[in-house]
Order: sequence, then C-alpha cells, then structure tokens
Amino acid sequence: MSAQIANAAVTRAEVEDFFYHEAALLDEWRLAEWEKLLADDATYFIPPNDDLEGGHRGTLYIISDDRERIRQRIIRVMDPNCHAEFPRSRTCRLITNVRITGVEGDIVHAAANFVCYRYRRYQREFVYVGSYQYALRKTSDGLRIKERRVLLAAHELGQLGSVSFIL
Amino acid sequence: MTGARSFVVDDREKGIFLLDREALVSDEVLRGEMRNIFAKCWIYVGHGSELKKNGDYHTRKVAGRPVIFARDGKGQVRCHFNTCRHRGALVCTQRKGNTRRFNCVYHGWIYNNDGSMARVPGDEAYTAAFDQSTFGLKAPAKFESYRDFWFMNLDPDSVSLVDYLGKATEYIDLVVDQSPSSNMEVISGTQEYDVNANWKLMVENSVDDYHLPSTHSTWLNFMANSGVKMEPSKDPALVLPTHGLAIDLGNGHFTTDNVNFRGRPVAAWIPIYGEDAKPEMAAIREELVQRVGPERAKRICDTNRNLVIFPNLVINDGSSVTIRTFYPDGANKMQVTAWALGPVEESENARARRLDAFLTFYGPGGFATPDDVEALELVQQGLANYTDDRWSEMSRGMGREGEQLNSDEHHLRTFWRHWDKMMTGAQA
Repeated sequence: MSAQIANAAVTRAEVEDFFYHEAALLDEWRLAEWEKLLADDATYFIPPNDDLEGGHRGTLYIISDDRERIRQRIIRVMDPNCHAEFPRSRTCRLITNVRITGVEGDIVHAAANFVCYRYRRYQREFVYVGSYQYALRKTSDGLRIKERRVLLAAHELGQLGSVSFIL
Repeated sequence: MTGARSFVVDDREKGIFLLDREALVSDEVLRGEMRNIFAKCWIYVGHGSELKKNGDYHTRKVAGRPVIFARDGKGQVRCHFNTCRHRGALVCTQRKGNTRRFNCVYHGWIYNNDGSMARVPGDEAYTAAFDQSTFGLKAPAKFESYRDFWFMNLDPDSVSLVDYLGKATEYIDLVVDQSPSSNMEVISGTQEYDVNANWKLMVENSVDDYHLPSTHSTWLNFMANSGVKMEPSKDPALVLPTHGLAIDLGNGHFTTDNVNFRGRPVAAWIPIYGEDAKPEMAAIREELVQRVGPERAKRICDTNRNLVIFPNLVINDGSSVTIRTFYPDGANKMQVTAWALGPVEESENARARRLDAFLTFYGPGGFATPDDVEALELVQQGLANYTDDRWSEMSRGMGREGEQLNSDEHHLRTFWRHWDKMMTGAQA
C-alpha cells in the first residue's frame, strides 16, 4: 500500500483528472488497471433506488462490495461466461458537476454527476443517470479510491435491467 | 375466454412434452391470461411487516393494477384500488408513508385510510340520489393472508387463500419458522427491474436447476474461489453437487427441495460468511433445534427450496430468503420486484450477513441474476422465429418414475399443465 499523506489538500482539477481517467479505464474495460486505483480497503456501493440513505448492513443494496468482492466481481465480468457482459457492453460515461465536498485527514470526499450510456447488440439503449460519491485517499502514488458510491436518479431500475458491469 | 386451444403436447406414453412457443409471444394469449389467470388466481400483494404502524401504506402495482397496501387506523391490513371514485385519478402518489387520509388532487375527494369516503367538497350540489357513503375506494373481491403474506383475488367465487395454497403452506411454514417469534420481515430496499421476456419464462427460470452449471458458471467459480467446497456429484443423473427434488404441490404450485451446498443464513455456515460468524450461526441453529426439534431444524437449515405460488410469486429460500413477483408488461416484457425477508429478531451482524449472501447470487447487481436476465432475453429474441420453429422441448426426466429431480423439467411441466388448463377453461 502506498504511503499515506497527512494533509489531503487537492484541487478540483486533480479530482476531475482522476475521475476522467477512471471513466476511460472502465469504458475501455481495462479493469486490471482500474483495480490499481483502489485502496486496500476499497468499497463499492449502489444503494437501492427507493432507499438511498439506508446503510448497507441493514438495507438490501443493488451492489455492496468490499475489496475482496470487487476482486471477485472483476474476475466474473472479465469471464466470457459472464453472459450478461459477453459480448461486452459498450459504455460511454459523461462526468460533470465535480465538487470536493470535504476533507478529513488524508481523505478527500468528492462528488460528481454522471450519465452512463450502455449499448448491447439487439438491445434497448440503457441510460444510467445519477451521482458518484467518492472517498479518495491521497497517497504518494496519487489518489486511491476508498469508497465509491453510485446513487441512481431513477425511481426504479426499470428499463435499465441489470447492473452487470462496473457502473 | 374459455375454449381457447391447448398450447402443450403432453404425451405421457412416449414421454414427450412440447410447448407451443406462441404462448410466449402472443398478445392474444396475454389478453387470455388477464381474464383466465390474473383475474382468477390469488395474487401476492405484500407482507404485513411492510406496514409496521397503523396508517402505514405502500403504493404498488399488483397484477398491473395500482393499489394501496395499507394498515388502517384500527390496525387492519387492507388493499384499496388506487383510483378515485369520482374521475379515476390515483389518490396516492407517494411510494410509501403514513397517513390517515388519501386526498385526490384533482377535485379534492378525500378517503380515510380504511378506504371509506371522508369528504366530497361541495356536496350540496348533488341530488338525494348521490349517496356519499357508497363512494369508498373499491377493493379486490377478496383479500386474505397466510402467515402475514397478503394476497388479493379479483374473483368473488374463488376458493379461500388457504385452500388455494394447499400443500404450498408447508413450504411457507419452513420460511416463517426461521424466526424465533414466527415474525419474518421485509427488509428495506426494493429491487425493481424489467426483463424483456415473457413473464412465464421467469416462472421456469426460478425453479429450473438444469441451467445452473451453464448459465451460472461464474457464480460457481466465485463460490469455489471463496472456499465453498462443491465436489461434482458421483451420481451421473445429477447436474448439481447435491441431490435435489422437484415437487408438484397441486393447484399449479411447485417447489424445488435440494440438499444445501450454498450456505444458509439460518443456519448453514460457508466460508463466505467468515470465521467470525461461526459462533453466532451455531447459536442460531441451536435455538432452532430447541424450538422445533432436531429433525425439523435440519430440514430448515440443510435444504434450500425455490417455491412458486401460481402464477407469479416466487419465494427463494436459498442463499438468503427472497420474495420475487413479476407481471407482464406486454407479451415480450415483464416487470420484476424482489425483496429480502429476514427474522425480526435477527442481530445486526446476522442481518448484514443475510444481505451480503443475498447479493452473492440475486438481484440486478448479483453474481447470477444478470445472467438469468440475459438468458431470458436471448430466449425472447430467439422466439421471433416461432412460426417456423414452433416447439419448446420440455420432456427432460419424463421417463423417471417416483421422485423427480430439480434438474429435470417435471416442475416446469406442472406449471404449463396448470396454465394450459386455466387458459382452455378445462377443470383446473
């Protein structure tokens, strides 16, 4: 693990660069490189559309991954037998409204709005809209993801069906 | 409509069962299902635990109909049609809440939470023929519960819910007995997603264990990566690591009944739960043994069961307990809703474990459900050739005497035979 830095002062431009880089890795399915952006204690959450505030230990989430489960998720979605993602979805993420929302020690809290378009052959267009909420740890190697939380704007997944890729 | 043609070829002598694929694509069939199935059968509405306090309500669509599932001021659970008696607007637009009254925003008609009429603004403008007291919210012809699972029936001539459920009640009991106080609760967080496939494909998929090795190999790999031991069975008839049965429960209901290998929150430990969980899981099991005896405790903990209540309720008592219901939105599309169910007295750690176990397999972000969704959508896409490739093959295991296997298609045939009887108007 990279050495932690006590003072986490970062600029919005640095956070934006980090988000854009991450989005490119996810859209290009470079998940091994994406995994290197994760801290050792990283978590990935998508709360249910009807209870965005509930905690993951007492509320049924759509995704509630600890670091090991993220590792297993990557193994799964890269496997050609992950039928929901084979052939792989083509995705295109637009990230905007980036804000630094707080700093605690070496942790930077940051948020952004996103639109993620997902396309599969013969299928409807899937448009995921919402906000990303991150806890980023500043290390000597750059920012690392401690928590990645995706809040969906839709009232229910509905036409979006599954979240079988890394949103 | 009675007298519709049959959609199955059921040749027990030769051991062949075929389904006419038009049943999965036709709008005419769907209209028949609305009349002959969804307007005749008991349809799941909700669980009493969703209405903790008097005045609590949820609005949802049940069998395509907007309803208010509510606990009135006296504690009685009710189901109202969410339709104003005046001009038909929804009278409640919130997903859930607590209220004494439902107010229609259009002309301001107001209803009490027991459905009765509270007030018609400007009622002096009506003649004596207008009897305000008869304008309560309408309700399904029948609304009954079994162990806090509430169902509605649109047919006033239907049998009681308990008679309808019949032998399926034994399998609901195996779920409810997991709570020391017999109180299971729906956990916050609803999974609602559409599948572009005919609703009956979800019935099949929910109990079809033949598809597990091919559709869910990534889930099986995940289990193995997590240290769950899954030796292939030595019995060549079995496609899964353990023995499992398919059981016809009558009235179109059926279940799988499998020796568990995938872990259960109540209470069969697997490595995914972590070493820390062992003492508490042992205590959960011991409580169960004390309360229901060793034999039934073993039955609850060491088997898992996917139950279908005809036509569209699934209770998966597996890696976690799920309630899943689905409803057609056209012949080629369904809307799915799923909830997690757990004992009310569960500790915070046990609840977290249950939810984590749920997500290992189930739901739109789970390690298995998205591949089911994909498989069903591939079926629906392929069915576009139905006029030239007419029959789905469902004969697997037809020659088997006695016990029927979960990985055969006995239970699927059970569904289709019942469905076909209801659609053709034969004695079901």
